[in-house]
Amino acid sequence: MSDDVLRIRTPIGIKYQYSAGPRVSSHLLGLMEGRFVGKRCPVCELVYMPPRNGTCAKCGALLGEDVEVSQRGTITTFCVVNVPFLGQTIKIPYVSATILLDGADMGMQHLIQEVDAADVRMGMRVEPVWRPREEWQPSLENVMHFRPTGEPDAPFDSYAGHL
Amino acid sequence: MAERCAVIGVGQTQHTSCRADVSIAGLVREAVDRALESAQLTMADIDAIVIGKAPDMLEGVMMPELWLVDSLAAAGKPVFRVHTAGSVGGSTAIVAAQHVMSGVHKRVLTVGFEKQSDGNAMWALSVPMPFGMPVHAGAGGYFSPIIRSYIKRSGAPAHIGCMVAVKDRTNACRNPYAHLHEPDWTLEKAMASPMLWDPVRMVETCPSSDGAMALVLASEDVADAHDGPKAWVHATAMRSEPTSFAGRNQVSPKASEDCANDLWRKAGITSPIDEIDAVEMYVPFAWFEPMWLESLGFAPKDHGWRFVEDGVTEMTGRLPVNCSGGVLSTNPIGASGMLRFGEAAMQVMGIAGEHQVDSVRKAFGHAYGGGSQFFAMWVVGKDKP
Repeated sequence: MSDDVLRIRTPIGIKYQYSAGPRVSSHLLGLMEGRFVGKRCPVCELVYMPPRNGTCAKCGALLGEDVEVSQRGTITTFCVVNVPFLGQTIKIPYVSATILLDGADMGMQHLIQEVDAADVRMGMRVEPVWRPREEWQPSLENVMHFRPTGEPDAPFDSYAGHL
Repeated sequence: MAERCAVIGVGQTQHTSCRADVSIAGLVREAVDRALESAQLTMADIDAIVIGKAPDMLEGVMMPELWLVDSLAAAGKPVFRVHTAGSVGGSTAIVAAQHVMSGVHKRVLTVGFEKQSDGNAMWALSVPMPFGMPVHAGAGGYFSPIIRSYIKRSGAPAHIGCMVAVKDRTNACRNPYAHLHEPDWTLEKAMASPMLWDPVRMVETCPSSDGAMALVLASEDVADAHDGPKAWVHATAMRSEPTSFAGRNQVSPKASEDCANDLWRKAGITSPIDEIDAVEMYVPFAWFEPMWLESLGFAPKDHGWRFVEDGVTEMTGRLPVNCSGGVLSTNPIGASGMLRFGEAAMQVMGIAGEHQVDSVRKAFGHAYGGGSQFFAMWVVGKDKP
């Protein structure tokens, strides 16, 4: 390696201003009230929770009516994160899970706690643990984590179509 | 009816974790010079340049193509940049081929590159999304739950991922350009590799690499006059889908299946496993080999892992997959797709050296990117299509 090639370190940062749009607002306002509000596609009738883009990717339709889904759901799949990385905010090891709330037709990513990582299973039933109300923002971070409800596991067939 | 097009030049850099000896421009130029030499052309002969790289945030350099015009000797020529996340190397090669197949250009240079040591891809892939829960942990954190779904659905035994990893790392030892040269892997040693993103072990993940790959694509008259090996482009296909939507099949996305079906139809291939002699498949996490074997139609549903277990995808097997060592041994993200496309062409051209498969008539190159949502594929062959 030649000595005349120099490397310098120049950190960068980015600040965003994010416009949620009318079809995502009701979901965010719901979170401010401790509720999970999704939206139904008027064509295929599937419920998007969260309704990320305001549209149904399959039908191309604008999402329609608000649908409040259950506070309980099923872990469809998950991983145990053991790797440290820059910007990490959660202590490792932690379980990052896809949770299908009852009444929703798509999973959302969240954290599983109050159970040993080795005991987390696909099909495990979970419920949210909300932060104190005074800390609520329009964000899924209002839920600190999900924890097991102790109900029997959901059968594989009940969520196999959501993997 | 599209014009015929052939790969007549292939050039890649030495891939490694940190090419501190060159800038991005120098890295790109190294691959370009080698591709031109193999095509027996000079910069002056090139009509147009098509370049691709992974998202700018991964290196922290916005629009490097502005600065690379000089190093590509592209002043006064059309430059086209392609951008489809990790699949970009594949879709860039396809766009370059289309420059020729359209009849507009006769000699097109295409290059994919990434200098991961100049940035921090893990950070760039873990930026919190607004209003969401910041549980994401890089590409491994995204893909390992999908792998868990595949394992559960298919009933695959736990050692399949390690079998793929050992195969690809062993193959890489025959490829002088590969980043990792680790000849000592055994299944037993791999199974003891630490769990990074359970169920994904460290050995089952790809390295972070600096590297570039360049190809020269030529029209039929130019390729006919070329006194050297060539690989004819038989068919290309691209498809996309959103990252998440209700009812999405994440293990075998519809865009992947549609893209493969379209490719086989265009290439006139009815039984991929019987008609393809070598495969270069985008496998950044080992378990994606059996997953893509099924999604692409090489193996029946839930049987991809049996192909791995039976040695079908070994270099000496019925369907050799990633004889170059694949993404698991070399991952300059923006170049990784073009490495798959280029290595497929090299197998057809008979220039793959120590990792050459015997008598390859048709080879398959594959890339995917984003959250398994962008797909690019081609079939190249020894004979004209």
